[in-house]
Amino acid sequence: MTKNLRVKSSEYIDETNRISFKFNGKTYHGFKGDTLASALLANDVHLVGRSFKYHRPRGIMTAGSEEPNAIVQVNPGSNRTEPNVRATEVEIYEGLEASSQNCWPSVEFDIGGINNFLSPFFPAGFYYKTFMWPASFWEKYEFFIRHSAGLGKSPTSSDPDIYDHRNIHCDVLVVGAGLSGILAAKNAAKNNFKTLLVDEKNELGGSTIFENNEFNKIDNKTPSEWLKKEIEELRNIKNLEIKTRTSVAAYHQYNYLLARENLTDHLEAKDKTNKIRQRLLKIRAKKVILATGALERPLIFNNNDRPGILLSSAVKKYSEFFGVACGSKNIFFTNNDSAYESALSLYNKGINVEAIIDIREQSESKIVKKVKEAGIKVYWSHTIVDTAGYKRLNSISIMKLSNDGTSVTGSKISISCDCLGVAGGWTPAVHLYTQSGGKLKFDEEKQIFLPNQNTSEQISVGSCGGDFKIDEIIKNLNHKLKDTLNIRETDLDNINVEIDLENSKRNIWLLPSDTSLGKTKPFVDYQNDATAKDIKLALREGFRSIEHVKRYTTTGMGTDQGKLGNMHALGIIADTAGVKMGELGTTTFRPPYTPLTFGTIVGRNVGKFFDIFRRTPMNDWHVENKAEFENVGQWKRAWYYPINGETMHQAVQRESKAARESAGILDASTLGKIDIQGSDASEFLNRVYTNAWSKLAIGKCRYGLMLNEDGMVYDDGVTTRLGENHYIMTTTTGGAANVLGKLEDYLQTEWPELDVYLTSVTDHYATASLCGPNSKKILKKIIPDLDLSDENFPHMSFKEATIGHIQCRIMRISFTGEHSYEINVQASYGKDLWEKCMEAGKEFNITPYGTETMHLLRAEKGFIIVGQDTDGTMTPIDLQMDWIVSKKKYDFIGKRSLYRSDTMREDRKQLVGLLTEDPNVVLEEGAQIVSELNQSPVEMLGHVTSSYFSPNLNKSIALAVVRGGKDMIGKQLFVPMESKNINVTVANPVFYDEKNERLNA
Amino acid sequence: MFLINCPYCGERDQQEFKAGGEAHIERPKQPTELSDDEWAEYLFMRKNIKGVQFERWNHAHGCRKWFNMVRDTSNDEIKAIYKMGEKPPSQ
Repeated sequence: MTKNLRVKSSEYIDETNRISFKFNGKTYHGFKGDTLASALLANDVHLVGRSFKYHRPRGIMTAGSEEPNAIVQVNPGSNRTEPNVRATEVEIYEGLEASSQNCWPSVEFDIGGINNFLSPFFPAGFYYKTFMWPASFWEKYEFFIRHSAGLGKSPTSSDPDIYDHRNIHCDVLVVGAGLSGILAAKNAAKNNFKTLLVDEKNELGGSTIFENNEFNKIDNKTPSEWLKKEIEELRNIKNLEIKTRTSVAAYHQYNYLLARENLTDHLEAKDKTNKIRQRLLKIRAKKVILATGALERPLIFNNNDRPGILLSSAVKKYSEFFGVACGSKNIFFTNNDSAYESALSLYNKGINVEAIIDIREQSESKIVKKVKEAGIKVYWSHTIVDTAGYKRLNSISIMKLSNDGTSVTGSKISISCDCLGVAGGWTPAVHLYTQSGGKLKFDEEKQIFLPNQNTSEQISVGSCGGDFKIDEIIKNLNHKLKDTLNIRETDLDNINVEIDLENSKRNIWLLPSDTSLGKTKPFVDYQNDATAKDIKLALREGFRSIEHVKRYTTTGMGTDQGKLGNMHALGIIADTAGVKMGELGTTTFRPPYTPLTFGTIVGRNVGKFFDIFRRTPMNDWHVENKAEFENVGQWKRAWYYPINGETMHQAVQRESKAARESAGILDASTLGKIDIQGSDASEFLNRVYTNAWSKLAIGKCRYGLMLNEDGMVYDDGVTTRLGENHYIMTTTTGGAANVLGKLEDYLQTEWPELDVYLTSVTDHYATASLCGPNSKKILKKIIPDLDLSDENFPHMSFKEATIGHIQCRIMRISFTGEHSYEINVQASYGKDLWEKCMEAGKEFNITPYGTETMHLLRAEKGFIIVGQDTDGTMTPIDLQMDWIVSKKKYDFIGKRSLYRSDTMREDRKQLVGLLTEDPNVVLEEGAQIVSELNQSPVEMLGHVTSSYFSPNLNKSIALAVVRGGKDMIGKQLFVPMESKNINVTVANPVFYDEKNERLNA
Repeated sequence: MFLINCPYCGERDQQEFKAGGEAHIERPKQPTELSDDEWAEYLFMRKNIKGVQFERWNHAHGCRKWFNMVRDTSNDEIKAIYKMGEKPPSQ
């Protein structure tokens, strides 16, 4: 029988709406409004997980996103499963299933629990120390370590949910909808600032919404009553958008914030489908008001991690907000007045409070007196030295604390209990503030880090700014709001606040025990099982930097990023090293504040939307004719056109032969095209290409090679002079955008005096490349009135013509070495042009060929492909293309670099041809080339850049870069492969039609 | 993610821009007259300042215009933005 610990008196729990859910396979009931944590506690379930390293039983510790222990696998085994979810943040719904992580076979009986007893053998840096030797064994160790690492299981099938991104621009963003956040948002919106208020919880009001303490009054009402009225008023304010279940994950510079809005996680499965699950909000705010509140600190004492030990504020929230008693014998352990508020809250609900252990000597506030009047025993100047209960706390031992707080005296008192609320003071949640680049300062009196200097327009208000009492909060908020929003009056001017809370606290980072530290387990980081003694060990071993101690001990490196324990870690380091807190700095808080799903990060950019792709105007034809495609940059290019079940090799051999024997046609629309106009266009080309352009006649084409300023080949292509001041440049497919960018750069920054205008027209023209000995006859059929004679239309020249009504630009240029034409038409006529060519070419067996055949045909001619045969380290001289480098021109981009001592070395890698001894053996592209086989180590002379079996030469051909290759023609080299060594001979890279006779065939 | 005030388009998100390295490095007018060392100085040597740095930026996904920026690299504060050819503001 499980106990029911529901104290039926919460307005936030809808007891008419009973919900059943499963935890670790067992069915439980809760109510609408419960979190998984509150529902489990109501069923008296505290043990929810095992710790990471020692597999110690762990329970729910908090009531918020800072939870280190109660992290669960939601909906295990389904495609919606999610690991590492904080049970304190999961809203229950009918059919919810969750299970514990990091335990086997079950959370009740976990084999890994043996690690707890072996813990003396697992000190800080255990892995670094143990698995160092012998080094060659690392791979074996890694196998086992990987098995025990990681929390939870990732889903194995694809995510069925939809995710989205949204951009939001606002005047004021308020993060956190507690007391200060609500008042800030209200006053901003009322003063006509477009305001966005976000909060990670499903309800507004933060902790004030359940603040019913009779000693605190705002305008004579309890804070809870007063705030409810304020929230009610928010609904009617224009200019204000409110988003709940929205957690700000990151705060970047210039007030750019990322937030995750949770839309369906709290809904039943049937209501989740076809809805956006989570939305990433990309917020750019003119001003940011951080009202992120404060996190209660635990206290660090021996065995402070047992199920049943919670933060005092969490005990209070479970009782006030969820109507759940966390135990029937409650004790609080504190160093300040907060625990008394929690105790009183429980007392008023009729929940038994056994005692309060207070490390202070006394406190005189009204609330303390009230607690005493209620008959709750207070042990002043006492500390807990140990706790007992393996799977659930069953007792604590306390002793009197010495005056200096470093040791304990007197006799040990044991008190039985089943729940301990711990109150160690409050830490402002400055995570987002520091993410934005804000610097912190340490406040000695309050023992907290506070916002100090920041670069963007932002303020921190409420407890994240160091104000903990309602009167301080409202007074300082009012002042800050007026200042930052530049307004004269606010709603807060005439609020009357009564408050009774003492600020007195006694801060001891590590509480002493009667046993030596070495035999205790005072946990600092609960999730990663880092204890105070691990931190001290790290310091003894010589670590000094806080960042090093963090990594060595893994303190603060769990999924909770140490939200609870980081301050204690700093405190213990400062105490041990004998320095002041402020001098150490803090570790860096990094985004995200709470974990994000991958779905949220990628949004809609999944599957075919992962990256955009571009198709040519002829694409439909290629698809209809069963082309295989390859990706070239973002383009989908026809790769080859298999017929009757041909393999790629067979198709490419057939296409290559056809192009040389009769006619082939290639879709060349993807080549970059830049329209260049202006009175200085010729001078401009002179400066960007290695060869001379001034004398190029109108209507003529020229091949150009473009270098980087370092002398290395950057791009190539044919440029045609269309008019006196008008050129059209083609670039490589992949280089188009970068070439345009580079040319613009020079025009705008180095040569602004040139009258030149560049326009990208790549997408505006479709290009069909018609090649082969019958190409002329085919073109004649399409454009009968165009004189195609060599005299009128020679190689490397240009004509304008019309095909029917379609205007076209025809260049007689060739990338295959065959007689060929590139026909450009307006993109929308591309497919029409292609079909006309196919129709006219039918009698010549015109063969469409793809990029693979194009590569083969150009390799037969020894034409380079920039990016395949070059790699950013090849000069034109290395490519044996000296002929294209003008000696007469005074300057061009990269010219000076061709005369640097390094680029003039004779033994640079140079482009050569390679022929294999066995003409049937095709080399692998990328294969390494050596001159010696029986030597080790041996120098790598170069590598194969292009390699094919040429059907037209009936042998294997390859291009390669080889150190000093220019002078090696005829020399034998070797390509050692895994299975055999291949003998090759260095050759001239032009394998076919060396005299270029076919261009005019 | 910076918010960059393009001198031609106004405030835009950083993702529309491309950084183009150190500003005010003029391409030598007569490269052939330079020694290898002098050319190398222009070609390779760039400052990498912690503090105030002069940079080139391009509104690549906008107006495509280049401009200059003065940025404090220690906190990413953009101190000034000015057009190509304009004089840098005095520090």
